Amino acid sequence: MEKYVQIENVNMVFDTKKGPFVALQEVNLGVTQGEFITLIGHSGCGKSTLLNLVAGLLQTDDGVLLCAGREIAGPGPERGVVFQNHSLLPWLTCFDNVYLAVERVFGAKEDKAKLKQRTHDALALVGLTHAEYKHPNEISGGMKQRVGIARALAMEPKVLLLDEPFGALDALTRAHLQDELMKIAQATHSTVMMVTHDVDEAVLLSDRIVMLTNGPAATIGEILNVDLARPRDRLALANDARYHHLRGQVLEFLYHRQLRPAA
Amino acid sequence: MNTANAIKPMLTVVEATTPQAPAPKPAAAPPLAKTVSRTKPKGLHILRAILPPILGFALFLGLWAIVSQTSPNLPGPVKTWQSAVQLFADPFYQKGPNDQGIGWNILNSLQRVGIGFGMAALIGIPLGFMIGRFKFLNDMTSPIISLLRPVSPLAWLPIGLLVFKAANPAAIWVIFISSIWPMIINTAVGVSRVPQDYMNVAKVLNLSEWKIFTKILFPAVLPYMMTGIRLSIGVAWLVIVAAEMLTGGVGIGFWVWDEWNNLNVEHIIIAIFVVGIVGLLLEYALLLLAKRFDYE
Repeated sequence: MEKYVQIENVNMVFDTKKGPFVALQEVNLGVTQGEFITLIGHSGCGKSTLLNLVAGLLQTDDGVLLCAGREIAGPGPERGVVFQNHSLLPWLTCFDNVYLAVERVFGAKEDKAKLKQRTHDALALVGLTHAEYKHPNEISGGMKQRVGIARALAMEPKVLLLDEPFGALDALTRAHLQDELMKIAQATHSTVMMVTHDVDEAVLLSDRIVMLTNGPAATIGEILNVDLARPRDRLALANDARYHHLRGQVLEFLYHRQLRPAA
Repeated sequence: MNTANAIKPMLTVVEATTPQAPAPKPAAAPPLAKTVSRTKPKGLHILRAILPPILGFALFLGLWAIVSQTSPNLPGPVKTWQSAVQLFADPFYQKGPNDQGIGWNILNSLQRVGIGFGMAALIGIPLGFMIGRFKFLNDMTSPIISLLRPVSPLAWLPIGLLVFKAANPAAIWVIFISSIWPMIINTAVGVSRVPQDYMNVAKVLNLSEWKIFTKILFPAVLPYMMTGIRLSIGVAWLVIVAAEMLTGGVGIGFWVWDEWNNLNVEHIIIAIFVVGIVGLLLEYALLLLAKRFDYE
């Protein structure tokens, strides 16, 4: 299988006032096309740093980061990013927020009608056709996050990067959006990298769970294959022994082997 | 972004007057207040809203009347009111260059403020954007701005007279130079405070510098800019009276000086009220404008 995202021997060092801080050390990871992987670990372990490196929002001189065979030198439209706090522009409607991205990626090749169609389609995909012309402050947190996902998907990225996208949502909304994301990822055959701190979310969504050790100098501690059949149903899985076994393995890693002393 | 450090002196002002200050929403009122308003008649509500200001004005007029009783040269409220009625009966008469109606005086002052402030906005706002966006430019200009900003506006008048060789442009120059700083500084602070999230969106979407400006920077900075404009207008209106006293011509400031020479103290008091009311109206108009650009 073709490796869509390749991370080889990556180190990330931040220059702080107290001297260099090693956030990531010797990270190696390959993500194949259509794969859904989650990064999980205690807070401060550098999972968001790793995602930002792939997004191109951070750069490192140490190691190789490739996306679709090309070196990652900065952010690019082939990598769609969904931020934790949705990051919608409050002065634009939902439609315009998505259109901004569509226009940037396809504006050179397609006419306005086509661009608008793309925007409508992206919002329809996340079920927000009715709220297209509302401003972000007029819709709920879950809807905002869906617009953020629509904005990322509308760019037709090769890789979808999500940084704790559901972290700020209530449990019911989160479950609902997890189901939707699962459906969308399957329908669009997206390659997804997602940062999370939610064990159930990781097991439910992922093909592989990448577990990071505690920082500083965090690295990949273990990669867990989630061989549950798709489509997955959260209710059926609730009584599935294999699901609980996988869940137990992640918990074992997080709370037994990587427990932080009173973090 | 270090811009915020270099231009700190103004920050407190920004925070104090930023239009985003959360206004108490009527919908958020606790249920208790609702029941109270339902049980009491509506008239009482209005009375409670207008009673304190009326009481304040009454106290003010009372004090004024007492002071004017003890000092024979100071006209009391009644005398001033009678004079004002007379004055405003014909605000737009013209009897030569030194004797024109109060309306002309106000309009002339407003025109000077408009021109001086307008030019300051045309230069100050783009400059503020550039200073906020480029650290090099900020480091380059911040010592000069820090040096020139505290200078008293009227200290610039001789330079204006020297360069323009006429009173009117010199007055406009003083308005320009004294009202440009709040706009530069507030705009620059606004740019440096654009949330990193929005700039990350710009980076991830790979937006062009023009799109970043029109879709992110400009809307995000607008509230700060409006604060700068409001402070500037305030300063300009404050300064015009003093500048016109020195430069002469038709205008509310010169009128005050003229009436002092005529020893018409009623008119001086009227002028003080007029300056206050016009300043209040300007401030209020800009507040309304700023509200339109509040996205939160």
